[in-house]
Amino acid sequence: MSVVFRKPDSMADVNTHYCPGCTHGIVHRLICEIIDEMGIEGDTIGICPVGCSVMAYDYFNCDMIEAPHGRAPAVATGVKRSLPDKFVFTYQGDGDLAAIGTAETIHAAARGENITIIFINNTTYGMTGGQMAPTTLPGQVTQTTPYGRDVEKAGYPVKMCEILAQVDGTALAQRVSVDSPKEVQIAKKAIRKAFQIQRDKKGFSIVEVLSTCPTNWGMSPVESLERLRKECIPYFPLGVYKDITAKENSND
Amino acid sequence: MTAERVLMKGNEALAEAAIRAGCKCYFGYPITPQTEIAAFMAKNMPKRGGTFLQAESEIAAINMVLGAASAGVRVMTSSSSPGISLKSEGISYIAASDLPCVIINVQRGGPGLGGIQPAQSDYWQAVKSGGHGDFHILVFAPNSVQEMADMVVKAFEKADQYRIPAMILSDGMLGQMMEPVVFPEISDKMPEKPWATNGHGNKRKHNIINTLFLQPDELEASVNARSKKYETIVENEQDAEFYLTDDADIVVTGYGAASRICREAVDEARKNGIKAGLLRPKVLWPFPVKDYQKIVPTAKSILCVELSTGQMIDDVKLAVNCSVPVEFYGRTGGNLPSAEEIIKKLAEINDSLS
Repeated sequence: MSVVFRKPDSMADVNTHYCPGCTHGIVHRLICEIIDEMGIEGDTIGICPVGCSVMAYDYFNCDMIEAPHGRAPAVATGVKRSLPDKFVFTYQGDGDLAAIGTAETIHAAARGENITIIFINNTTYGMTGGQMAPTTLPGQVTQTTPYGRDVEKAGYPVKMCEILAQVDGTALAQRVSVDSPKEVQIAKKAIRKAFQIQRDKKGFSIVEVLSTCPTNWGMSPVESLERLRKECIPYFPLGVYKDITAKENSND
Repeated sequence: MTAERVLMKGNEALAEAAIRAGCKCYFGYPITPQTEIAAFMAKNMPKRGGTFLQAESEIAAINMVLGAASAGVRVMTSSSSPGISLKSEGISYIAASDLPCVIINVQRGGPGLGGIQPAQSDYWQAVKSGGHGDFHILVFAPNSVQEMADMVVKAFEKADQYRIPAMILSDGMLGQMMEPVVFPEISDKMPEKPWATNGHGNKRKHNIINTLFLQPDELEASVNARSKKYETIVENEQDAEFYLTDDADIVVTGYGAASRICREAVDEARKNGIKAGLLRPKVLWPFPVKDYQKIVPTAKSILCVELSTGQMIDDVKLAVNCSVPVEFYGRTGGNLPSAEEIIKKLAEINDSLS
């Protein structure tokens, strides 16, 4: 009997701590499927900084580093400069990447650091219980915006793919979602492209994944996916913001 | 091959010795007075198979160090006082990850932006509060250009041996001054690092570099295991230099730049009939308590001289269990005490002894 669906080899056979309905599991799986397909588990180092994914070192079978909050791109730089032929990816949340780690993110891109960032944007700080993130939508109620995010006082959400697309060292900046099987397939292709760009030593790649946080959004998993489609995607449009390989291909 | 004597600035001698010691990566951010280290690395690392990278901040630089150390290579960063404060977060994580690395602090005056002249006001930060949490780092205190070179080599070796960050606590005077230096012979054999996250190559289980332990018992076990390692280091790595202490009534003590002035003062005091000696700690953590204990039976007084308002003096008092009175003389702001100032203080103490 042939096996048609199984856990990727590079994914540890353990239960995760993620809440029911959270999309972290889907994204973890996509990364592991690609690591398996490319046959690079033994050559990959993953870096997970502070946030809900901080314990992901127990979920990936490749070598893993837990990094300080926001510093994963710098840690990844240190690893990659030491081991330029290995694959290095970071897995960061929105607070980590777009608030405390903004400088590390933008400068890793500016250097064209040959690393891949998987950026989980769920518009909240999940691990600490649902505070305002740099990506929290205007009007969104969180623990620290109990009356809704007032952009006059708390500022506007940060759109990282749009910003990083302006940076010369960026090879790929793409925003995807995992709210439907179709979008999951697009997300997988984007992550694969990011790893391929790294294999080809073409520079910095980031895949932003719009995700849900049913626990802190106070919604069921189904309602959360609905919100993602109705509120998050209009503010953070999906698509390829920069892809230097597309340009090369069109020139062929 | 006979070792060549060359005239170099302290900062440059340190950088050259680091490359010879197998430093493969250097990450830093501009700040005075450590500038020559980064400039030397920028010029020489690419030519000698290493990586120089100017980071976007001190915070990024120390986290790049964390990454390279995790990958298993010898890695260094350098800064001066305010920059070291920014590195504190990373130093805590590196210590908690049991990673080896070398950190250079070419001290300048503080607090705040302070000044750019030599100081020793980061002693507490280096030996007691390099970041949050229960941890220590090795702290070496050179007092010559030769020791800037020698100690950075030792720092790399000891950092690897104990899997601990090691700091060279230098200062603007040692960094900027020129002296002859002979570079030590260094083994090119690097220690095995089976714990490194350098890709398991499908040959071993995955390695994890981690500092998070949410279960109290697990965190306690981790902290206690590191504490046991520190006990070994305290036992084995204390180091100090004695000068004319055997018959000294007054033992002057100071490290780094201050110790050079102290030595001159001791010589002059001897000419004036004052039986002075010098005890110079070469390692500040672990503090050379065993060496201070040796002077307890004979010393009638200790004079601690620092380029601060008095930081190391606390450890000196503890090292002698307050069984010998400990006096203090210090200058701050980037000022250096003259030998005459110290001799005057020695004469006052000497008078009070008779």
